[in-house]
Amino acid sequence: MTGPPPVLLRVRDLKTYFVTEHGKGTARAVDDVSFDLYPGETLGIVGESGCGKTVTSLSILRLVPEPPGHILPGSLIEFEGRNLLALPAPELRAVRGNQIAMIFQEPMTSLNPVFTVGDQIAEAAIIHQHLSRRAARSRAIEMLRLVGIADPDVRVDDYPHQLSGGMRQRVMIAMALICHPKVLIADEPTTALDVTIQAQILELLDRLQHELGMAVLLITHDLGLVAGHADRVVVMYAGRVVETATTVALFEQPTHPYTEGLLAAVPRVDAPRARLHAIPGQVPAATAWPPGCRFHPRCPYAWEKCAAEEPPLLDIGDGAGHTARCWLVTEPERRVPKR
Amino acid sequence: MTLVEVWDLVKHYPGERSWFGLGAARAPVRAVDGVSFTIASGRTLGLVGESGSGKTTIGRTMLRLQEPTSGRVRFDDNDVFALDAARLRALRRRMQIVFQDPYSSLNPRMTVAQTLREPLEIHRLNGAVSALLEEVGLDAAFAQRYPHELSGGQRQRVGIARALSVEPQFIVCDEPVSALDVSVQAQVLNLLADLQAKRRLTYLFIAHDLAVVRHIADDVAVMYLGKIVEHAPAAEIYTQPRHPYTTALLSAVPEPNPRATKQRIVLAGDMPSPAHPPSGCPFHPRCPHPKKSERCRTEPPPLRPVTPGHLAACHYAEEPM
Repeated sequence: MTGPPPVLLRVRDLKTYFVTEHGKGTARAVDDVSFDLYPGETLGIVGESGCGKTVTSLSILRLVPEPPGHILPGSLIEFEGRNLLALPAPELRAVRGNQIAMIFQEPMTSLNPVFTVGDQIAEAAIIHQHLSRRAARSRAIEMLRLVGIADPDVRVDDYPHQLSGGMRQRVMIAMALICHPKVLIADEPTTALDVTIQAQILELLDRLQHELGMAVLLITHDLGLVAGHADRVVVMYAGRVVETATTVALFEQPTHPYTEGLLAAVPRVDAPRARLHAIPGQVPAATAWPPGCRFHPRCPYAWEKCAAEEPPLLDIGDGAGHTARCWLVTEPERRVPKR
Repeated sequence: MTLVEVWDLVKHYPGERSWFGLGAARAPVRAVDGVSFTIASGRTLGLVGESGSGKTTIGRTMLRLQEPTSGRVRFDDNDVFALDAARLRALRRRMQIVFQDPYSSLNPRMTVAQTLREPLEIHRLNGAVSALLEEVGLDAAFAQRYPHELSGGQRQRVGIARALSVEPQFIVCDEPVSALDVSVQAQVLNLLADLQAKRRLTYLFIAHDLAVVRHIADDVAVMYLGKIVEHAPAAEIYTQPRHPYTTALLSAVPEPNPRATKQRIVLAGDMPSPAHPPSGCPFHPRCPHPKKSERCRTEPPPLRPVTPGHLAACHYAEEPM
């Protein structure tokens, strides 16, 4: 038996705030987020619009536009023992796109329309691996073949508008993986795609992760994706981590009432027609998170303590590191819906 | 009783001309290519398909927001495509639409009250804005707000209230929850179901998400490249799909269950262009059916009953995958 593997990417106390348009308030988009990513695993970060999941992923590579955004002092993003937040720009650039790569939701807006896809894929290899243009081009063709594009030696000279949405996302993946990164951040990688194309891209990502042995940070709103592809899950709500667990534990024993509500709200193809469970109300604004537990105004179990005092992430005691930011962990007898 | 009947609906868009409009026209895009169905009063037909399958064009053509190329739509004894402008306007009171993106379908310069009052004025109806708001679950205070002050779910509620204001019998719901977060999506789906029960509404529910459709539709029609490839009662199509495309579509939906063991069928390739549909069965180049044969390449399969009430357009529908 060996001990637990070393952490590849450690995020601690990450706070990314934005100054709002009129300079009147501060949007606390990511507010004290911590998690670890281990080599080779897939960690899902799941939540709805405005929960802070995308800002978290952008903060890791320091891609948050400053201003209006800023990452607060005291935040730590440690990759292989180095704090990325303290790295000088040239050293950060050596990590970005090389050891940590990213794919985005919308491949059309993330690709440059005036360069061929071959040039765009090859760019990272030229910059990071100092390949000649010719060598980089043949690497690009190799990558296009790897991501399942037919006739890669022809397609390499195509422009993004000549490709379908699914093919563009394959090009994005080829671009991200050409330097064989250790971490791939996939931010809603299939949200813009049709379901049959989504299945193709997910199969491709699974295969490449296995072949290249990289860790994947899968940012998504889709609990179905998380169930099928993540080893562990971080659930975010209102800028906070509200629950962490292995994927199986999260789905079988959702502990935070938000996770519970979200799971019940998902329409399913395998369930007969029935009324869906809806979480009442809506996500509050990032400039005015509620006091106490940020979910308490929408929570079916909340009591006085929830409005007064925010719970820390509490270990539910299953021995597998399942934690939830909820007072129900200490007072489980209160899990009785009010209505 | 049948309320809406669509018969052999065709919508072709003329091909673009090359050389800045001076050259030869390209092949026309066959967005909708001979679609027929009926919807009984008080029921919901779910119309499912991926981008480019033609589902949105059907909804818009039925209301004559776009003119059809050919075909017929009957709405309660009215021949919709034969009506003159005045009678069409009168009929539109009874047929409404709710759009996918509630932000771009609301006028940013109009308050919620103004938005809701406009259709009432056009149709010279009396109706109270506050009652409409209450019906869609919004506080009366929302009447004075502008669209940018609302969340996505609230905007969609306003979109629904606007459709309801003229007391229609039939509503085309075009991807009404696709832009919403899952917890809000459930709220809006439940609202649509409640309104249907209360007002005896008939819905054409257009969506790409099979799971969403399962929670609202009585019958489901699946589209591929401008044609319906399968049409059946919802309970049946989800458990016993007959067309290989439906089977693949169902298997591709990510299930929120980490222990799910279902076999995922991953289709190869993209949907072909509707300007150049394949010969024979339009699905044959991507079809994973083991029986796929020369016949599929040459002979278009008609949409035909496989069991009573269950239609499929596949030569091998009796031997589903």
